[in-house]
Amino acid sequence: MIEINNLTKKFDQFVAVDNLSFTVKEGEVLGFLGPNGAGKSTTMKVITGFLSPTSGSVTIDGNDISQQSLKAKSLIGYLPEGAPSYGDMTTIEFLRFIAQVRGFRGEEIDKRVKHVITEVALEAVREQSIETLSKGFKRRVGLAQAIMHDPKVLILDEPTDGLDPNQKHHVRELIKNLAKDKIVIISTHILEEVTAVCTRAIIIAKGCIVADGTPAELESRSRYHQAIKVTLTDEHDLSADLNGLANVETVEASEDERLSYTIVAKDGHSIFSQVSEIAQDKQWPVSEFHVERGQLEDVFRNVTQQAEGAH
Amino acid sequence: MGNLGIVFKRELMSYFATPLAYVFIVIFLITNGIFTFDLGGFFLRGQADLLPFFGFHPWLYLFMVPAIAMTLWADERKTGTIELLLTLPVRLADAVLGKFLAAWVLTGIALALTFPIWITVNYLGDPDNGVILAAYIGSWFMAGGFLAIGSCMSACTKNSVIAFILTVAICFLFVIMGSPILLDAFPGWMPQILVDAFSAMGFLTHFDSIAKGVLDIRDFLFFSAFIGAWLMASAIVIEMKKAN
Repeated sequence: MIEINNLTKKFDQFVAVDNLSFTVKEGEVLGFLGPNGAGKSTTMKVITGFLSPTSGSVTIDGNDISQQSLKAKSLIGYLPEGAPSYGDMTTIEFLRFIAQVRGFRGEEIDKRVKHVITEVALEAVREQSIETLSKGFKRRVGLAQAIMHDPKVLILDEPTDGLDPNQKHHVRELIKNLAKDKIVIISTHILEEVTAVCTRAIIIAKGCIVADGTPAELESRSRYHQAIKVTLTDEHDLSADLNGLANVETVEASEDERLSYTIVAKDGHSIFSQVSEIAQDKQWPVSEFHVERGQLEDVFRNVTQQAEGAH
Repeated sequence: MGNLGIVFKRELMSYFATPLAYVFIVIFLITNGIFTFDLGGFFLRGQADLLPFFGFHPWLYLFMVPAIAMTLWADERKTGTIELLLTLPVRLADAVLGKFLAAWVLTGIALALTFPIWITVNYLGDPDNGVILAAYIGSWFMAGGFLAIGSCMSACTKNSVIAFILTVAICFLFVIMGSPILLDAFPGWMPQILVDAFSAMGFLTHFDSIAKGVLDIRDFLFFSAFIGAWLMASAIVIEMKKAN
């Protein structure tokens, strides 16, 4: 379990992380979201023991990261932002170095290195020096070193940044597979990733938590929760037909698709059955009709802009 | 092998993975040859010792050693690998010492490869080999002093060229500290004890006696303490500056 208590990190006068508290339990995949400069990376650097907190504490399974730092660090696998690694080494040399530092000896080293190379599919570049690798491979080398010792806690700073869609999918599958009885914290600003892999999301802005919940809970805070998306084949006045419904807030025409509308529900009430009745009654020329779960992007913008406005 | 040894091995391997180690060793050997035989008048002196060889070492190290020291920490900060290294279960002291030792061993290898000059002097005459061995060790310790300064300067900046220039400047100061050039510049009213303390910090003061074969344990203690102090300063600077 990771416990973060009243964590504050200041750089001179600038407060990067402001009195942050949360706990993460085994089995949780926590998505750490926030606009650029919100303090995501700084928080991760403090959790992993790279930076020491100005005040507050971080404990990993009861080990304080400042006090029992070696013990705590040995429980963590960390992929820093940009996946730095020693460019002049080959993939296998680098991974062997990490295995040794992580305390493996003799045959164990080869076994672990072989295991992680298969896990993140690095066979093709085993003997290649890291500086000649593509961005996607570099990122995978970073992931490989992070999971070398099968850590209890995995902290990944933008793990899919710069990867192509196939690689992204692969990395997400990998994270999902690893996540069983582990703690995974990933920072990202790709919101689809949160819905894809995370069991919980925390949104921070200006160093403070502005939202914390499961992706579904956060989505339900969107004004598009329970909204109905309709695509028509022909012009039709939807607003006139829906006038009588108390739970319909408004009808919005889509900005980029012609004949596509979103019927926004009032306060997240379910309007599906009522609207679909009317659609049949009035014989809407419908080609597509479905209920929105809500847009995380919309929630993200809302809560982060509120926080920025408040300061 | 503890983590100190693992860091040491990685660093040393990375010197030889790039042309750096080879370029360093070759240039070191060539300039050593020029200094000893041309400028030092090795043959003209007609004496079976290596004084002209060792005499130039402080000036040779002044430019050669900062060149290997400059990347020690500056590159780690520039490429972000410092974040990787310091979040691994490695103590900062092990990292600082491991990196330093790797660079020190590299200078040791370069120094050891000057052995043909030792063979030459033994072929031509009958030198005191004990003196020569002591001078070799003394020279290596002095290189360690330069390196330790370089380690600290490299920790101060992300830019290895700046690290190089700073290191050369500070090393130069320590080289001339004991020499008359600097001591004469002191105004007369300075208390003698201060002038003495100043001159005692000079590299030449300690190295000259070693090179002449005066094996004083205090000279080795000086260089060891000097290295220790600058490495500790490195660790403090790294701790302070790693955030930016």
